[in-house]
Amino acid sequence: MNYEFDFSFLGEYGQDLWDGTLLTLWMTAVSIIPGFVVGTACAVGRLYGPPWVRKAATVYVEAIRNTPLVIQVFWLFFGLAVLSVRIDAFYAAVIALVINVGAYTAEIMRAGFESIPKGQIEAASCLALSRWQSLLYVQLPQAVERVYPALVSQFILMMLATSIMSQISAPELTGVAYQIQAFTFRGFEVYLVIAVIYLAVVTLLRAILTGLGKVIFPRRRRLGTPL
Amino acid sequence: MLGLSPEHLLFLLRGAGWTIVLSLLGFVGGTIVGLPVALCRSSKMRSLRVVSSAYVQLVQGIPLPVIMFVVYFGLSIGGYELPALVAAGIAMTAYSSAYLGEIWKGCIEAVPKTQWEAAECLALTPVQRFVDVILPQAVRIAIPPTVGFLVQIVKNTSYSVVIGFFDLTYSAKVLNNSTFKPFTVFTIAALLYFVICYPLSVLSRRYERKLKRA
Repeated sequence: MNYEFDFSFLGEYGQDLWDGTLLTLWMTAVSIIPGFVVGTACAVGRLYGPPWVRKAATVYVEAIRNTPLVIQVFWLFFGLAVLSVRIDAFYAAVIALVINVGAYTAEIMRAGFESIPKGQIEAASCLALSRWQSLLYVQLPQAVERVYPALVSQFILMMLATSIMSQISAPELTGVAYQIQAFTFRGFEVYLVIAVIYLAVVTLLRAILTGLGKVIFPRRRRLGTPL
Repeated sequence: MLGLSPEHLLFLLRGAGWTIVLSLLGFVGGTIVGLPVALCRSSKMRSLRVVSSAYVQLVQGIPLPVIMFVVYFGLSIGGYELPALVAAGIAMTAYSSAYLGEIWKGCIEAVPKTQWEAAECLALTPVQRFVDVILPQAVRIAIPPTVGFLVQIVKNTSYSVVIGFFDLTYSAKVLNNSTFKPFTVFTIAALLYFVICYPLSVLSRRYERKLKRA
């Protein structure tokens, strides 16, 4: 095998790679909070809601968790196109990511809520907190604290999953790479470079989220911690 | 049915067949590579731990579509003209071996330390200790998460669409391009994935409950 590696495309397309990286990060950032809200709402609905809410939330979670993200994105993006709803690939990607990560977050948060000792909820009601107050001020912070590492992993997986959005022509990092290799015919080198970029982004994202967790939850109680 | 001819449905089913083939390939390959990874991850030797952990970090830090591309182009610059199935199979093997290695490492470490000590007291050799005492207990713990991970494998084979492997997602995409019925086509594709994945999810949960009771 005598293959000459040629990374000279980096000079010409460096700016495009940078833009792609930023779009990947931006897509992840705007999906995290809505995804968390959807997931938490589902978890609460499944645990404390009336029967029809429980059923609906269960159907949502099972349907999303047992089908691939790619199919969900195609369904949404090409489906909207047929309904002649014009939507930017970026927004279609974000909507699909929120719906997808919401279902996974729902399962994580459910484990978090279930792990809170009963005494905490009893104490909240002894302090005359309403059910919503108890949920919002007592249960939610503790649940998030306990499952925080799992949430971080889930959001990192979501960041990696944004790479499939090139399939609906969103110009994130993988999409940019595809264009560069089409112009330069240096597919192997291009994908090696973006693999390194993804590794760097994962490391950065994990450091930021873990650091944030240490600031917000100084006690660092995990699943299985008694109080 | 729903504006699709039986040929169209057959086309999707053929894609689903290739999805299953690629999933099996990924699982078998992932087992063959993942088992040594798990052993190295829980090894006493520091160098083995460092190398295997670097491998896991590397694979888990790169999106699967990018791994698919790297393998695909890597094989072609090596001068091999291989079908996309080979590239997808190698990528799936790398992907699942990293995750399975990590899962199984956890299972090996979940066996109480006293079991190792008891086996040592019974004068078993290190190999006997591991194979006869620890492994049977670790396998029991490993069944629910492994079955659960099968769902991830099946779903993630859909990423092979990026290198044009003819799986369920790719066939659905092609069918949509020719029929312009995205809701019908992708709903059927999603249902087919669901039919494969949901039983595995249920099975995994059932095993988990059984293990908890035991």
